[in-house]
Amino acid sequence: MSNQSTKLDRRSFLKVSALAGGGMMLSFNWLAGCKPNAEEALGMPEDWFRMNGYIRIGDNGLITLMSPNPEGGQNVKTSMPMILAEELDADWTKVIVEQAPLDTDNFTRQFIGGSQAIRTGWTPLRTAGATARQMLMRAAAQTWNVPVSEITTEPGFILHQPGNKKAHFGEMANLAATLPVPEEVDLKASQDFKIIGTSKKNVDLNKIVTGKPLFGMDYKKEGMLYAMIIHPPAFGNKLKSFDDSQARSMPGIRDIFQFKSLRDDYKRTFFDTVQFTDLIAIVGDSTWQVLQAKKAIKADWKIQEGYEEQRDMFGREAVRVVPKGLENTDAQEIAMKQAAQKPQTQRKDGNPEAVFSTAAKVIERTYTGPFLAHNCMEPMNFFAHVEGDKVTCAGPLQKPELTEHALSSRLGIPVENIEIEMTRLGGGYGRRSYAHWLIEAAVISQKMNAPVKLVYTREDDMTGGVYRSRYQATYRAALNENNQLIAFHVNAGGLPENPLYANRFPAGAVDNYLAEGWEVPSNITTGSFRAPRSNFMACVEQSFLDEVAEAAGKDPIDFRLELLAKAKANPVGEGNDYDPDRYAKVLELVREKANWANSTPGVSRGVSAYFCHNSYAAQVLDMKIVDGQVQIDKVTNAIDCGLVVNPDAAKNLCEGAVIDGIGTAMYGALTFENGVISKSNFDQYRQIRMKEAPKSIETYFVENGEDPSGLGEPAYPPVFAALANALYKATGNRFYDQPFSRQSNS
Amino acid sequence: MAQFSLNINGKSVQVDVDPNTPLLWVLRDHLDLVGTKFGCGIAQCGACTVHVDGEAVRSCSYPISIVEDKKVVTIEGLSEKGDHPVQKAWVEHDVPQCGYCQSGQIMSAASLLARNPKPTDEEITSAMNGNICRCGTYTRIKAAIKTASQTL
Repeated sequence: MSNQSTKLDRRSFLKVSALAGGGMMLSFNWLAGCKPNAEEALGMPEDWFRMNGYIRIGDNGLITLMSPNPEGGQNVKTSMPMILAEELDADWTKVIVEQAPLDTDNFTRQFIGGSQAIRTGWTPLRTAGATARQMLMRAAAQTWNVPVSEITTEPGFILHQPGNKKAHFGEMANLAATLPVPEEVDLKASQDFKIIGTSKKNVDLNKIVTGKPLFGMDYKKEGMLYAMIIHPPAFGNKLKSFDDSQARSMPGIRDIFQFKSLRDDYKRTFFDTVQFTDLIAIVGDSTWQVLQAKKAIKADWKIQEGYEEQRDMFGREAVRVVPKGLENTDAQEIAMKQAAQKPQTQRKDGNPEAVFSTAAKVIERTYTGPFLAHNCMEPMNFFAHVEGDKVTCAGPLQKPELTEHALSSRLGIPVENIEIEMTRLGGGYGRRSYAHWLIEAAVISQKMNAPVKLVYTREDDMTGGVYRSRYQATYRAALNENNQLIAFHVNAGGLPENPLYANRFPAGAVDNYLAEGWEVPSNITTGSFRAPRSNFMACVEQSFLDEVAEAAGKDPIDFRLELLAKAKANPVGEGNDYDPDRYAKVLELVREKANWANSTPGVSRGVSAYFCHNSYAAQVLDMKIVDGQVQIDKVTNAIDCGLVVNPDAAKNLCEGAVIDGIGTAMYGALTFENGVISKSNFDQYRQIRMKEAPKSIETYFVENGEDPSGLGEPAYPPVFAALANALYKATGNRFYDQPFSRQSNS
Repeated sequence: MAQFSLNINGKSVQVDVDPNTPLLWVLRDHLDLVGTKFGCGIAQCGACTVHVDGEAVRSCSYPISIVEDKKVVTIEGLSEKGDHPVQKAWVEHDVPQCGYCQSGQIMSAASLLARNPKPTDEEITSAMNGNICRCGTYTRIKAAIKTASQTL
């Protein structure tokens, strides 16, 4: 048991009130305890009545927990309320979970990103649950006229064992609602957890398997019109004119018009990434009618002039250079090679150049990764209804609070008049952080003076931008006569984003270390993609280390462990952003669980490990080539994400990360010809299917008593390299360029 | 526009639509049966899978004009109480992550088991290969189909 102040920071955050229909409501700022940058500026309100998370206890004992964060498959809608319910000592079978609407007036961090929800929510959620429990106990003590120290709870009930009294939570909720909020509460010791650490089913499971409306795509309102857009076919193009004479007269079509999705003078912030802001809207009575009219419109395009975009990146001023031109994949490659010659140094330890010039052995390899599309199964869509100076919106998005300001600016409607209902996301992976389609839907609604649902076709989605950047990295390693790694050099960059994390492994484990980065401007929009930058860097770093281990004549796990032991005993440099012990532990665990020492004849194995988003992941992948095709028999995951809140759901996430990673590594790729993207639908963009998925995936978690950290992303990046390293064993060839299927012919 | 009489989930309904309208959009826009999902529009992802006369079809590419006189079953009509063996197995294995593709997956799986109650691994893979799950729940989908198969 530990003691926790309910005043998590200077903004005391708990509040109690009586429910109109009986019972109590304890409101709290869901994530007040965590304040990493950026949010300070938004300020907190004086009025605490509108808060973004709460526990509601009805006088019948039913408990409603509001889940503030959008749910897109990462299980927060189940696992965050589990943490609350644990400390409340609720009966999980009597808990109802509801999705909270966006409430940016009061709160921040109501978003999906960086695998941070559980980590940052951990202490505030526990404190809120424990506070409600404490108040119910005090109410019972008062009612029964006994000392509160004699009161205990069991799931859903309050007990006074000496007096043989028992009441369900609801019976005490009315009185509890009138009591002062305690200044301190006791949190449970982890060995007393009854809900945390036991697998609970997804709270929306029954709705999903019976097809109930849950997603933005399913949203409907009386009188709602359907809308689609047309954006330019090529990056570097802009709308010139269009002929809608045929489309206008088609059945069910209400209007066709040109519009701007952002004001020219609007200063974009971090997530306001969108290239095509001059669009054509088609609005009608049904999706199919609108789609037919869309096809009947003939648009002309012109070359977009180059420009510089001033952006406010969480308070940091930045300029995005948007060059003129229709880009080609081949020319991009040349530009990247040139940029790699003039990198910026991001970290330097020792004297790497001198050591490289005298080393016994130097290994140098270059790796590439293409543009990737997120391809969420639910295409981009949003509902919006602008009525005078009020906006009601509903749909799937990852960072609602960071889109509101762009929306407010564009419509000329204050943020406080904007309501956003968050629907379940049919996948996000970073794509739904860039919610220009919400603004487009609202602008169309404003023009039509009607409720509108904007739907992107799959083609609109895949060709609309915000991809993973195109990356390249060159590694060099120097070994001495004793096959020890004595110098390490990484030169990494991207078009347009530099993927380098200069302080990650093996930084800190090598005496002479150089990390350099570079960027090439592009008019192709890019953004967060599941485990941003890590999804490339893990692949190439862990592929390269495998090759260096081989050159040093060492087992790849032993080689990594030796480096980690050095990073622990004598860390080189400063700011190393990993814990060598925890990193080593996942490698040791995967070695044991995959039975690394005893490989099966005919099975090729690859290992990889990575640290990102505060969690550690190691994987061993077993495969063979059958009839010329890659067949993955098994992937073993060893994960350290601290304490696991919902174990079976956590395993599901890791299994999904493995399958997604294998599919992306094997097949994911977009290329450009004269600014036009090479693929527009699933007949061209290959996604992994059941046939290519591993036959089995086993997941093991390190038990170390650490507080929980993220899991939506960490298991994804390393599997790329586990596959590359296994492919090498199976084929004798190293895989330097994604997608691997080009080389493996499968 | 033309009138069509349809049998959807055992009920007779009339719609007045363009004969080329895919069954998917009739279900979603006209009949408020939104459990059947739009994913790609070209029969490549399986999110829109429904049963027409017991066969799994991709409703996004199935014009309404050829549906008349046929029996259509959607995820909403697969069972009265969400207790079809496939749905129960999906719950037992807690299959979904985001959940968007899952009604299509369930309809494909139910169709497979209706014609082949004891499929082999290869038969499962072959029947399910047209359904994309972007979250990567394939291993659970396969396990759930095996569980459902045992109850048939």
